[in-house]
Amino acid sequence: MKESVKPLTIAVTGLNAIDSPGPGVAVIRALRDGLDRPVRIIGLSYETLEPGIYMHDVVDKTYQVPYPAAGSETLLKRLQYIHSKEDLQLIIPNFDAELYNFIRLAPVLKSMGIATFLPTPEQFEARDKVNLYRFGEKHGLIVPQDRIINSVLELSSCEEDFGFPLVIKGKFYDAIIAHTMEQAQKAFYKLSAKWGLPIIVQKFISGTEINIAVLGDGRGNAVSIIPMRKLYITDKGKAWAGITLEDEALIKVASDFVKATNWKGGCELEIMKTAKGELYIMEINPRFPAWIYLTAAAGQNQPASLARMALNEDQPLYKEYAVGKIFVRYSWDHITDINEFHQISGKGEL
Amino acid sequence: MYLKKNIATSESGFIFNPSTGDSYAANPVAAEIISMLKQGTPASSVKQHILEQYEVDTLRLEKDWDDFMSQLKEANLVED
Repeated sequence: MKESVKPLTIAVTGLNAIDSPGPGVAVIRALRDGLDRPVRIIGLSYETLEPGIYMHDVVDKTYQVPYPAAGSETLLKRLQYIHSKEDLQLIIPNFDAELYNFIRLAPVLKSMGIATFLPTPEQFEARDKVNLYRFGEKHGLIVPQDRIINSVLELSSCEEDFGFPLVIKGKFYDAIIAHTMEQAQKAFYKLSAKWGLPIIVQKFISGTEINIAVLGDGRGNAVSIIPMRKLYITDKGKAWAGITLEDEALIKVASDFVKATNWKGGCELEIMKTAKGELYIMEINPRFPAWIYLTAAAGQNQPASLARMALNEDQPLYKEYAVGKIFVRYSWDHITDINEFHQISGKGEL
Repeated sequence: MYLKKNIATSESGFIFNPSTGDSYAANPVAAEIISMLKQGTPASSVKQHILEQYEVDTLRLEKDWDDFMSQLKEANLVED
């Protein structure tokens, strides 16, 4: 008689899919493709209309979790409840804003038998956009010059230092390119109202936007590096289509980053390649990007590799990947029923 | 000037630069030239082949050749 195998139960966040989509659905797709065993996916959602909640062939069951602002203790209580129901073996968080809480909880989760594979608090802080320039200087990585400002009056000195255009960035998300002082001031007020202070003012670098999906083993080795050039960009600057590239210089930048930081987990380097071939690191996102399934399509399944490492399984470093692999994102009107919406909004699970 | 080694081409004239992600469509003559360059044929031999195959004089060929090479260089497809 064939023995039934208990599925590996993995909780995943980031099930949203608006024009700035969360990585959750792509992460799950890669996990289901790349792990050679049955997988049960538990979705962790913040809002009731995150599409992944209703995609039952993608997510087996979803639980609402508290917003990051509620703190790590509140999150822990909710995770304890979910764990009592689902016997979680691994959690893969996919939002910048929630990562701090999950990093703080990682030791407690481990004692509960739940694995994570996350950067340390120091790694997480060091690559924060507020610290990015100093981070680059320390590790010999090229990062555009910036100023961290708390008052709109400081924009004048930024103009003197960098000239226009300036890139005005919110503390957590969003960036606006300002060509005049009036635009810069408007951007300052808009972003500070949305994300708070400080505001980051970065020197504008023109070039080709390239993103790199990276998976570090926490010991200075890059398990996987996949560079992707955005072929089609939305008005929010997100890639709606992209292609894998072959470029040793890009691989080296990512490899240097992992070596310098002993980065543990997935991350995305946002690179600007200038006409002279300089590679500026514009931002380092401390989690998988929404286009992460392309890594699986190119032969280096980063989410599945992360899962194996989190579970202390053997994971060799990848060497090869398919160049010229393209993703083209699309939207799909998924149909659900009011009863399902009622379940998730009323009971907090579906 | 040589076509970069990693440049992918097809018989239909599709050119792909894997370092930049850029792709181009070449017309039949351009595709023929690129195919020969990719095989390592010297420029002088390619030009001779074109002169023999097509109704074109040397002066016009040289002018068009320089123009084509500058396009390839601008597209980052060739190296010295």
